[in-house]
Amino acid sequence: MIKCGVVIFPGSNCDHDAYHVSKHVMDFETVFLWHKDEDLKGCDFIIIPGGFSYGDYLRCGAIASFSPIMKSIKKFAMDGGIVIGICNGFQILLESSLLPGALIKNKNLKFICKFVDIRVEKQDTPFTNSCTKKVLRIPIAHHDGCYYLEQSELDELEKNGQVLFRYSTPDGEITEEANPNGSLNNIAGITNREGNVLGMMPHPERASELILGSFDGKMIFNSVYNFLKKKGNN
Amino acid sequence: MKDVKITKEIIEQHGLTEGEYKRIVEILGREPNITELGIYSVMWSEHCSYKSSRIYLKRLPTDGECVIQGPGENAGVVDIGFNKAIVFKIESHNHPSFIEPYQGAATGVGGIVRDIFTMGARPIALMNSLRFGPLSEKENVNIMEGVVSGIAGYGNCLGIPDVGGEVYFDKSYSGNPLVNAFCLGIADKNSIFYGKASGVGNPVIYVGSRTGRDGIHGATMASSEFDEKSEEKRPNVQVGDPFLEKLLLEACLEAFKTGYVVGIQDMGAAGLTCSSCEMGSRGDTGIMIDLEKVPLREEGMTPYEIMLSESQERMLLTVEKGKEDEIINIFKKWDLEACVIGEVTDDNNLTVMMGSDLVAKIPNKSLTDECPIYKRPVKKPDYLDEVSDFDPNELPVPGDLNRVFFDMISSPSHSSRRWIYEQYDHMVRTNTVVLPGSDAAVLRIKGLPIFLAMSLDGNGKYCHFDPKNGGKIAVAESCRNIVCSGGKPLAATNCLNFASPENPEVMWCFSEVIEGMREACEMFNTPITGGNVSFYNETMGEGIFPTPVIGMVGVVRDRVHITTAGFKDYGDMVVLLGKNRGHIGASDYLELVFGEKRGLSPQIDLKEEFNLQGALYEMIVEGYVKSAHDCSEGGLAITLAESCFLSHLRDMGVFIELPDDLREDFMLFGEDQSRVVISIDEDDFDRVKHIAEKWNVPISTIGFTTKGKFEVKVGNHLFLYGNSEFLRNIWKSALDEYFK
Repeated sequence: MIKCGVVIFPGSNCDHDAYHVSKHVMDFETVFLWHKDEDLKGCDFIIIPGGFSYGDYLRCGAIASFSPIMKSIKKFAMDGGIVIGICNGFQILLESSLLPGALIKNKNLKFICKFVDIRVEKQDTPFTNSCTKKVLRIPIAHHDGCYYLEQSELDELEKNGQVLFRYSTPDGEITEEANPNGSLNNIAGITNREGNVLGMMPHPERASELILGSFDGKMIFNSVYNFLKKKGNN
Repeated sequence: MKDVKITKEIIEQHGLTEGEYKRIVEILGREPNITELGIYSVMWSEHCSYKSSRIYLKRLPTDGECVIQGPGENAGVVDIGFNKAIVFKIESHNHPSFIEPYQGAATGVGGIVRDIFTMGARPIALMNSLRFGPLSEKENVNIMEGVVSGIAGYGNCLGIPDVGGEVYFDKSYSGNPLVNAFCLGIADKNSIFYGKASGVGNPVIYVGSRTGRDGIHGATMASSEFDEKSEEKRPNVQVGDPFLEKLLLEACLEAFKTGYVVGIQDMGAAGLTCSSCEMGSRGDTGIMIDLEKVPLREEGMTPYEIMLSESQERMLLTVEKGKEDEIINIFKKWDLEACVIGEVTDDNNLTVMMGSDLVAKIPNKSLTDECPIYKRPVKKPDYLDEVSDFDPNELPVPGDLNRVFFDMISSPSHSSRRWIYEQYDHMVRTNTVVLPGSDAAVLRIKGLPIFLAMSLDGNGKYCHFDPKNGGKIAVAESCRNIVCSGGKPLAATNCLNFASPENPEVMWCFSEVIEGMREACEMFNTPITGGNVSFYNETMGEGIFPTPVIGMVGVVRDRVHITTAGFKDYGDMVVLLGKNRGHIGASDYLELVFGEKRGLSPQIDLKEEFNLQGALYEMIVEGYVKSAHDCSEGGLAITLAESCFLSHLRDMGVFIELPDDLREDFMLFGEDQSRVVISIDEDDFDRVKHIAEKWNVPISTIGFTTKGKFEVKVGNHLFLYGNSEFLRNIWKSALDEYFK
């Protein structure tokens, strides 16, 4: 059975949502991981959920990146462990240098909560191998979601195929109108070079049940399930 | 400080009358010191004491089978079955939001959320009801922008979805914006916590933020009208820290699980004073606190300042003696400050020490239940005699009604609220099944088969032009919205926003509105379980419309009953339930086209409304209704347009033929009550008609949904027409234009 850990920082507020999907929708063994602890309790898969860790004081995700649990997660990630950072979790991964770049204020300077469409750029990854659709409909909810990276590093990121999701039209076209927050190259989610750490602004846990208007987000969790299952069998 | 001599000026500065001061002296049997005077002044302020409204509020029905806790506690508690209870309340933060829109609105959210989790409930939904002056004035745009960001900034950080609400614009709210925040939480029925101090000798624990000098006399500020010097009151507005509140929320919910918490109350208006004396009063005990033990943010604070500070994000707990360390450790785990500052006593007094010095000793009840109560003079306003003189038939019919319609859907009053709700996280906690925009928000409760529907409603203009009728409509419409969403209304909370109670005309309207609400609540069997009164909403002598806001909560019994306002499929039959009367008095049409606010508001017959809701509910339960949308401001034209615009199909249109037995503009824009537009499968019409007839509800087929075009005829003439996707885009982005 797959064991998933959901990290709780002071100010995390999508922790229960991630837990719910992991435990009740995906049927994973699921535990909460407290930020002051270092023990990952033998999890195969770590979710760093959204929210306002430490109130977003200093910089989003900045303080959380120094917590004891992040020390362990860094090591887990270096060893190839599967980690997803969602929204504020993405910000924490950036601040922890597990992923490159920065997330700055949305171009309209306001918090935005709405469904958006994101195009899946690659299918042979731990996070997208079960995506049966090219474009996923998943909500965003953030104030600081504009992805930024120096041009040369951005070129590198693109060249390495680290961009996993881009904001698009429902038909998969990458346009300026489809970009809700001004992210460079319409970037909505990226992986590390090794491909085992994903950071994304949209919330797949909010789109994993039909009753919530979309279950496209579940494809991402299904992909992780398939990946880990295969890995376990090998 | 102790030696400050109490002079006439000081008494006046504290907002106390000469009579009230005399009473204080009688109660104490001596002159109060300055700290005691300060304590009385906040507890006897209108905001805390309800001294002008109490006798009227008693008339509202507050009891019912489902009610576990009615008014008088931090929030109302209602049984929803399955061993679960919902805890909800609405509260105003009007005055602070005018002075400092962002912080005023933010701390309004913070306050209402504390009221909910204090009772042991996990907050799962926020809503808010807002009123601003016209957006043609820049000041109002700025206030609205600040208020919306403030609500977003606080609520989003807490991770409580803001799922709905309402907003109106009128000149009477220029300089008097209304910010009413609603919160709902869910708890186990058997573990509700109350603001009571019991068990003599039990320790009193202070938790949360340190006490600073902010917000001193906030409650007194909220109990007076504004003048040109109001800007100077900015330091009276508190500053919120949602992160700290989030920690407090999680820590309190964890502390409740220990079973050692005896009573708990948040420090809202009047801070430490209010929480300590109210807990003692409700528990029929006394409370002794030592201010030397209170964690302070600044040095040199006097007892007066400590007792009156309204620093945010603080709580007072009483816990079982001997268990204080276990409770304190939970708060420490969440990096929060917590310490014992006193104990429960048996003498029914609020005793305040500063180390070994006694700084105040006051009988609890004299601050709460036994505060002064006024039956203020009432007088029917003169303008009400003239409203019925209005003859709408004298108005000319505008040449281009399509233009009128276009102006309406692009006006702030009728355009989409997207600009507002996209700034609120309305999906966090993954329970929001019906997103903002429909008649009511619908939430699932994980693990239960039922759903919750909730709606906020109140039309100040209707109340201004017929207070009693307006009070009825506020309740009726909120129920109608619940039923349109597939729910049965269960119970309500109210926020009553009025001008100065010292004005007899305002008090007359207040009394009438309450009477209207009472009648309607009895008809729909929806008790009021609590709420808030906000008086003195006036600036330089100009008062607001009498504005009651009802927060109605209902239960949707089954997932398949959930119904939304948007049309579903092309070719569905569009059916009107209810009767067109063409009432144009006090309508938005009259104001938009003729610039007039006149005439009686549309009259409501509660029995007729009851039947309409009964019929609609039965149709929904039987599974015939594909969409349902309540007919309100802007009349049929706006209802039909919204049902197109709210469809998941971008080019959803309608072809409608209305009878010509009324003047075309009255038919299209009249605001008659007790009407709902539904869409159904044509094959179901006979069965739907049968239900309508059984309930004695007028029913008529008025057209079909189509693809691409919005077309409405009255008689043989096509009055409203356009490309539906184009109109939808106008409607969707109209509000954005004001904030660019």
